[in-house]
Amino acid sequence: MADNIITVKDLRVRFRTAGLVKSLIKRIDDPFIDAVMKVSFSLGRGETFGLVGESGSGKTTLGRAIIGLVKAQEGSIEFNGKELVGLKDGQFRDIRRNIAMMFQDPVASLSPRKNVRASITEPFRIHNMGVANLGEEARRLLDLVGLHQGFMAAYPHQLSGGQARRVGVARALALEPKLIIADEPTAGLDVSVQGEILNLMNRLQRELGLSYLIITHNLPVVRHVSDKLAIMYLGRFVEQGSTKEIFERPAHPYTLGLLAAVPEPDPDKRRDKLELQGEIPSLMRRPSGCEFHTRCPFVQKKCLEVAPKYEEVAPGHWASCHFPFPDPANAKAVPKGAMTGDGYIPHVDGHTIEAGNKRQRF
Amino acid sequence: MTAAIETTEAGAPIKREPRFSWLWQLLRDPLGCFGLILVLLIVLAAAGADILSPYDYKALDIKARLAPPSFEHLLGTDNLGRDTFSRILHGGRIALYVALVSVGGSLVLGLILGMLAGYGPRWLDNLLMLLFDAVRAFPVIMFALAVITVVGPSLETIIFVVIVTSVPGYARITRAATLSLKNTEFILAERSLGAGTVRVMVSHLLPNLIAPLLILASMDIPVVITIEAGLSFLGLGVKPPTPSWGSILNDGYSFIRNTPWLVIAGGIPLIITTLGFTFLGEAMRDVFDPKMKKDR
Repeated sequence: MADNIITVKDLRVRFRTAGLVKSLIKRIDDPFIDAVMKVSFSLGRGETFGLVGESGSGKTTLGRAIIGLVKAQEGSIEFNGKELVGLKDGQFRDIRRNIAMMFQDPVASLSPRKNVRASITEPFRIHNMGVANLGEEARRLLDLVGLHQGFMAAYPHQLSGGQARRVGVARALALEPKLIIADEPTAGLDVSVQGEILNLMNRLQRELGLSYLIITHNLPVVRHVSDKLAIMYLGRFVEQGSTKEIFERPAHPYTLGLLAAVPEPDPDKRRDKLELQGEIPSLMRRPSGCEFHTRCPFVQKKCLEVAPKYEEVAPGHWASCHFPFPDPANAKAVPKGAMTGDGYIPHVDGHTIEAGNKRQRF
Repeated sequence: MTAAIETTEAGAPIKREPRFSWLWQLLRDPLGCFGLILVLLIVLAAAGADILSPYDYKALDIKARLAPPSFEHLLGTDNLGRDTFSRILHGGRIALYVALVSVGGSLVLGLILGMLAGYGPRWLDNLLMLLFDAVRAFPVIMFALAVITVVGPSLETIIFVVIVTSVPGYARITRAATLSLKNTEFILAERSLGAGTVRVMVSHLLPNLIAPLLILASMDIPVVITIEAGLSFLGLGVKPPTPSWGSILNDGYSFIRNTPWLVIAGGIPLIITTLGFTFLGEAMRDVFDPKMKKDR
């Protein structure tokens, strides 16, 4: 595993939902929710890993756990051969020179009363790098991300989203990190600026040998930039593999649904696509069996009771589904909309289960 | 989807702001300008009291007691024949001293405690909030009367009382602002870069908190001046013969049948100070909130 920059194993992040006293009084046995549950992946040097999921699927939490902004309870994160889980804040300091994070909102992630120069040289000051000429460094960083030197004295509220994002990239690059965690690097930017930012990130990866962990809900983005990819649902990986493999042969119905949800630029194309219906269930009440069964168009009796194993469906391609897709027999097993007439009632308390276009409450 | 070519220069450079642009913005606002002039007037009058006052504020001129304004005594004299104008100037010095020291003290203390409550651990927050609420429950004047009865009237007692009673206000505002900033992305970004608690608090929280607090402080100064005047009016403030606007007002109140000039002379500086600091505070609020800048 020496060639991996980061190896995450069975990582679990829990948040407390009720205080100690409250949970004692109300007799809540388990006052926690699992935002990230038993997640494993690894990322090689110079590679890009895409983390895809709906809002609330735990992808941002996973990213923040890696850089230590939220504490992971179980599992291990091995970065450059060093274990990160269980490190104290003080010990994390040095790690943070090698991992940088880019946040969702490009403007809000810059300190509003610091100008660009102060923002991008902040990392040097935090780590007491004793850089003799901060102005020189700032100029170099702005050059690196293709921003005009005139932005040096600008404040965040004077920048556009794309400009602020470039400043964010410059700040992330300041200490020459090995890994960059990019949380929705393209959120809130229009398509041409998205393209510019992704090309910039690609160029920097080539020039500086960076590894990226890209967190996004935007499938075209990951397809464009990432080598490997994981789909997250309710804090778990439901599918993981090489980007090419997943886009060509998705195994999990959720992945299929996400892929089908990408808008097609062709208006004449037939729209007999798979639609994911309903909402992502609450983390407080995880569905029984396969956690995706409340929304799965191919749900079967087994899915309600037995949780599927996270298994390799093809070499290097993992998925957790009883009836993964590449097997043509499974794809035909249950035609769409047939599940209600099957003699069983999909039942989860309080959840609306959608079948076809009919809304039924059980 | 990424056909766009990466540009080397995103947009046009932004013009550099001159260093004292805020002052110009303040002066362009008529109310702000007026407020600043009033405040400067008060401050200069108090600072230059020794040079400006035509008489010693303690000097008695029994023959001319309760005299109306004249060229000899610009604002007349009081019941002991002391020159009211000189006493007003020196009284302003006392008023400003009390106001600046106590507002400054409570601002600093409130900032520190509020940031600790907002950014620190939960138990500290709960403890501090309990303390603040307990202190806030005392009515200011009652608390002042109680403390003065125990310790005796003096300038320091007034300052102490004002600081104790106004720290919770500043701390609460600081805490609320800190809580809302605590989980913003730029604070998370700083932490992800490895910044420690002190650095986050001093370098990133403080600049975002200080502006509303300075404005609040500026508007609090007249309040404190009135508290000082009020306590002196009741005879619980500074001890005679040290002049205070409050004790001048009290003399005026006692001799209102003989002359209205003492009340007028004691009241006008209070009005000017209140107006000045309030206008200045409001103008500062408009200038210092960069998101509200109009010409951008």
